[in-house]
Amino acid sequence: MAYRARIGSETYVFADLKSLMARATPLRSGDALAGIAAGSLEEMMAARLALADLPLSTFLSEAVIPYEHDDVTRLIIDAHDKDAFAPVASLTVGGFRDFLCSNRATTESLARLSPGITPEMAAAVSKLMRNQDLILVASKCRSVTRFRTTIGQPGTLAVRLQPNHPTDDPAGIMASIIDGLGYGCGDAVIGINPASDSLTTISDLLHLLDGVITRFSIPTQGCVLTHVTSTIRLIEQGAPVDLVFQSIAGTQAANASFGVTLGLLREGLDAGRSLKRGTVGDHVMYFETGQGSALSANAHHGVDQQTLEARAYAVARAYQPFLVNTVVGFIGPEYLYDGKQIIRAGLEDHFCGKLMGLPMGCDICYTNHAEADSDDMDTLLTLLGAAGVNFIMGVPGADDIMLNYQSTSFHDQLYIRALLGLRRAPEFEAWLQRLDIVDATGALRAGGTSPPLLQAMGDYLP
Amino acid sequence: MNDNPEDRTPLTNWSRLRALTPARIGLGHRGASMPVDEVLRFGLAHAKARDAVHEPFRAGEIAAALAAPGRQVIEVASAAGDRATYLRRPDLGRMLSQKSRAMLASHSRRSDLALVVADGLSATAIHNNALPLVTAVLAHIEGRAISCAPIVVASQARVALGDEIGHLLGARMVLMLIGERPGLSSPDSLGAYLTFAPRPGVSDAARNCLSNIRPAGLSFEVAAAKLDWLIDEAFRRSLTGIDLKDDSDALLLTKGAARLPNP
Repeated sequence: MAYRARIGSETYVFADLKSLMARATPLRSGDALAGIAAGSLEEMMAARLALADLPLSTFLSEAVIPYEHDDVTRLIIDAHDKDAFAPVASLTVGGFRDFLCSNRATTESLARLSPGITPEMAAAVSKLMRNQDLILVASKCRSVTRFRTTIGQPGTLAVRLQPNHPTDDPAGIMASIIDGLGYGCGDAVIGINPASDSLTTISDLLHLLDGVITRFSIPTQGCVLTHVTSTIRLIEQGAPVDLVFQSIAGTQAANASFGVTLGLLREGLDAGRSLKRGTVGDHVMYFETGQGSALSANAHHGVDQQTLEARAYAVARAYQPFLVNTVVGFIGPEYLYDGKQIIRAGLEDHFCGKLMGLPMGCDICYTNHAEADSDDMDTLLTLLGAAGVNFIMGVPGADDIMLNYQSTSFHDQLYIRALLGLRRAPEFEAWLQRLDIVDATGALRAGGTSPPLLQAMGDYLP
Repeated sequence: MNDNPEDRTPLTNWSRLRALTPARIGLGHRGASMPVDEVLRFGLAHAKARDAVHEPFRAGEIAAALAAPGRQVIEVASAAGDRATYLRRPDLGRMLSQKSRAMLASHSRRSDLALVVADGLSATAIHNNALPLVTAVLAHIEGRAISCAPIVVASQARVALGDEIGHLLGARMVLMLIGERPGLSSPDSLGAYLTFAPRPGVSDAARNCLSNIRPAGLSFEVAAAKLDWLIDEAFRRSLTGIDLKDDSDALLLTKGAARLPNP
């Protein structure tokens, strides 16, 4: 059905729900590339006015991608919790925004609400929210997950130590791990993006991670970020897999372009859990997402990229993930053109994920063909720190030498901790204190990297 | 440079550790912050990478360098007319210009493999590294029962442009060598994408990829050996993509070891 908004003598008509959502979205290059962005700023505001008056329950009766054609839509509709939704069932999208900002929306009430919130509802309300709303409401949401560490508790921030190497060289990877541990990074995961998709190489890297975690009794988990089918095969072969990784998207066709189905993700979850390698919990899935992936795979169905990103979170939610990471600036300027668009998208993704009950982290990042730089990343890091992001990346010097992009550095996490007083995951921080890497306040001790860690490197030196 | 006792001093061991990886490790810190010399070093690297994205592609020079007796080279362009359009419109970078499409169609004849050399996001990568990589790849292929289409040099190209090129040339498989988006430490990295049965609309899950091919990354010789293995397997199984795992490492270490040049 069509939606309308009147501004003065002009009447704006939006052919269907997905057009209304797309026109209401703050401008970004990906929606322009898809040909679905608002044609003028006034049209954008007209769409927001119409969206604000839309009953929230509309999203339960009208799908942006037809139920019959897309298994993500079926997952969203079939898994919807009507009882959880009841407290906001009578609200419009605009009324929902006001509710979220009000004192009635508490950490507890938002937690009860989250199974009733569909991704389209989260995306719709985010389009009416300023950056400060996205930060404030997200800061009220809590999602705590556990494997060998506990992530997402109030006042904490975790870091994925990302020790990538362009040729998967074990000594090079170990050198980055030792450096990162010395800065107190690695409580979210020590996660390697392999350059190779060879099972032999990936198995070697899994053993390397298992070796260092075991040798130093580090309360954390390792992950080699490879395709879920490879991880399942490696589990069958007896490799030491902690977290099961997969990139996911918000449509069935986009997931197919990644080579995954919902059933395959279930197999990954079951395989990961079967190993029972967690000590404080059994959240085993690590998902990565990012606005623009569905359009990139030509699988977007005319839906705006931010709404599709939120739909990816509905996929993630079905598998009780340990980590969900929006890799916000990785995809490039054709989807998020500059620092302003990347910052907005990062805040939207974090908000939508948190509202839906997910353990959201963010790879605060940019590529060298985007109009962005370290200053933009500092801004987004500061805003997400204030919003209560569960985890960020820790890359040596912010320079990922394998994936060719810039993320946040070991130093960046020190900065945000110093600024906001954020602590690490409790199990991991206790370990850092035992090794004298940090003091009782969580601050780095003077005097250099822990000698035992450095000695460990001796095994890898030529 | 580390005169403040409150700050961590990189231990002497770090010089040895730094030799193990091009990653920016052992930087030290000032309070929570990066030392200023690293801030400036990083800023310079970013400036170089940004410049590499916008370096004009010298397609004619590359085509001339790749041409050889019995080896035809064709220059084509995508539908993205210039760099600014290319960066905002990947859809245009995935399709040929009308002129190039008509020209390639006239070269159509059945072959096993089409080799495409494309600027991608770093013309610098092609300028520095395409010739030795192509030479290494062809050394594996020539002398075997694999017929090659003319080599295509493509401007303002995305990976999927190879699908249309391979399809128009009538090739069973396309190997796309393309400039990757520049990293801070690697403005000249090449990627290699192998796609069986190329045609417009192929899913990315149906490709195999080797990345970071450059002297300081995956060497030309090792990349060529891996590609040779993948090409063999792809023809044998009539597919590429996630169902074709790259198990070349194990193979190269055992019976294929003789293929690898001595270090």
